[in-house]
Amino acid sequence: MRRAGVVVLSLVALAAAAASWLAPNPPQRGFPDLVNAPPTRVRVWDGGPRTPFIYRQRLVSRLERTFANDTAQPIPLRWFDGGVLVTADPETGAPLLLFGADGYGRDIFARLVHGARLTLALALLATLGATALGAVVGSVSGYAGGRTDLLLSRLTEFVLVLPAIYVVLALRAALPLVVPPRTVFLSLAGIFVLLGWPTVARGVRAIVASERARDYVSAAEALGARPRRVLFQHLLPAARGHLVTQATLLLPAFILAEATMSYIGLGFPEATPTWGTMLQEAANAALLGDAPWALAPAGAIFLVVLGVNLAVQVRPRPPVDPQVQLDR
Amino acid sequence: MRAFFVRRVAFALVLVACASSAAFVLTRAAPGDVTTQLGAFPRPEEVAATRARFGLDRPVAAQWLAWAGRALRFDFGESFLYNRPVTGVLLPAALNTALLAAVALVVATAGGLAMGVVSGSRAGGVSAVIRAVSAVCVSLPPLLTSLIFVFLAARTGWLPAGGMTSAGAGDLTWGRWLLDVAWHVPLPALALALPIAATFERLQSQAMTEVVGEPFVRAARARGVSDLHLIWRHAWPVSLRPICAVLGVAIGALLSGSFVVEYVTTWPGLGRLMYEALRARDIYLVAGCAAMGSLFLACGTLVGDLLLAVVDPRVRDEARS
Repeated sequence: MRRAGVVVLSLVALAAAAASWLAPNPPQRGFPDLVNAPPTRVRVWDGGPRTPFIYRQRLVSRLERTFANDTAQPIPLRWFDGGVLVTADPETGAPLLLFGADGYGRDIFARLVHGARLTLALALLATLGATALGAVVGSVSGYAGGRTDLLLSRLTEFVLVLPAIYVVLALRAALPLVVPPRTVFLSLAGIFVLLGWPTVARGVRAIVASERARDYVSAAEALGARPRRVLFQHLLPAARGHLVTQATLLLPAFILAEATMSYIGLGFPEATPTWGTMLQEAANAALLGDAPWALAPAGAIFLVVLGVNLAVQVRPRPPVDPQVQLDR
Repeated sequence: MRAFFVRRVAFALVLVACASSAAFVLTRAAPGDVTTQLGAFPRPEEVAATRARFGLDRPVAAQWLAWAGRALRFDFGESFLYNRPVTGVLLPAALNTALLAAVALVVATAGGLAMGVVSGSRAGGVSAVIRAVSAVCVSLPPLLTSLIFVFLAARTGWLPAGGMTSAGAGDLTWGRWLLDVAWHVPLPALALALPIAATFERLQSQAMTEVVGEPFVRAARARGVSDLHLIWRHAWPVSLRPICAVLGVAIGALLSGSFVVEYVTTWPGLGRLMYEALRARDIYLVAGCAAMGSLFLACGTLVGDLLLAVVDPRVRDEARS
């Protein structure tokens, strides 16, 4: 199961990295006659087997959002054309829409893989920052002891009990409501780091404080190692496992935080594809109860969270039937 | 025990004071203020009058001092957005959130623990199904569950897709109004409860598996205690400790999750109110919401700690000493 989680996460990361090669259409491009169009079906049977092709989707009723396939003219898929894995014929209005189109007629699949870049990059950056800050605060606190430890521990506990979502809201609202994507990226990353470090710090502090009393630390100190060397060369490696676990737990939390903020309109602007901004479209579709393909970003978030949960889970030993165990 | 209790209440008060003050100062420092509500072309004297009316013409420190002094007497100022005292706006919203959170907590606890006891105490098909479902649900945060449920509700029409009451519910009699609310509660409550129930299932399952292997369970079985009695009366209470230890965290998750669920399902609760207040730069309302949110959170952790002391005598002794 652990391997399955790693595979899922790697696939998502690869898709994000290869976004411009995978996406059949540019993420910003809207097809005005294909608003909320369903996914294009790729066919291989036209009276007989043939190379993959699609039918052009023709708008039947804009009000009822119904589409029909123009079966008279099969459109062949073009492979490795123009630096793209596979595409159809966007120029004549028959694009390949693997996950359908959103409320502006944009390719949901293209936006999904392009959006993965910003969403994942933001989550990764914030995770790295929060883990690093937590490691520094925790190890200083655990190594120094005394008053420094007390102060830093209280600070950690305080941030930990703050109602996180309200703090994120308040901090984000302290900035102007409409800002360019770059500013959004940096400010959200900063806010997430400020709220994410305490869980890391608490664990690192406990590990460093207990390791500090061991003989190898005294040995290092007796050999004349300075505090910085003892801390980073000898003590912090002991917390490596904890750091990895915490980082993998923070990652999905930050992905969700970005999604929530963008979804409620306090994150990235609508035109920027991220999983959060795409959820706005998903919510519009959900309220109407049609276009289930618009829920694709929800599926993507679920995949990543599931992947992380599978990759880090420490499932207990399989439950033992009391009968079997007692009769042994 | 009393010292422990007093310390926790004091900490809660400090938390509420800090959180609301921080929210106050942050919102005040943010660009833009209530005068943007006056429209595109307000006259300068109107802007000045509005600022003076809400104390915005004074420096932050002076404004905060005045507000804090009044807040100590439970007067949290006047909401710009609603033109009413903050308390009057805040209390109904807080009650709505509390209702949603309470239903979700009960559902999550009852469902999660029952499933966990089953999947943790016996091997077999049922346990495997429970474990698979919980592995999926634990990866579905409230943001996703509420979107999916709203979609399903809109598609099938089985439950109302949003809101707390139907249109025109104000004219209903009390009994019918309650029925109407009860009709609207399940969707957001379930969306909120599902991931927490899955977390509880995992913890309970793990704890149960450990306890079932203990010698005292074997001894009870040797005395001829029936299976059902063995699991629910002997093993289960002992396995509750890790659950109570995370209850405080779960209540925090409930509060964060309720914001998203309220937003998606248009539930008129604290989260929505805070969001509207922030967008309108309604300083006093933001501070009130922050105070109420941290109060909820502090109460949640306190309840979790007390329950932990109830089920684990060791914690009780530690707190006493």
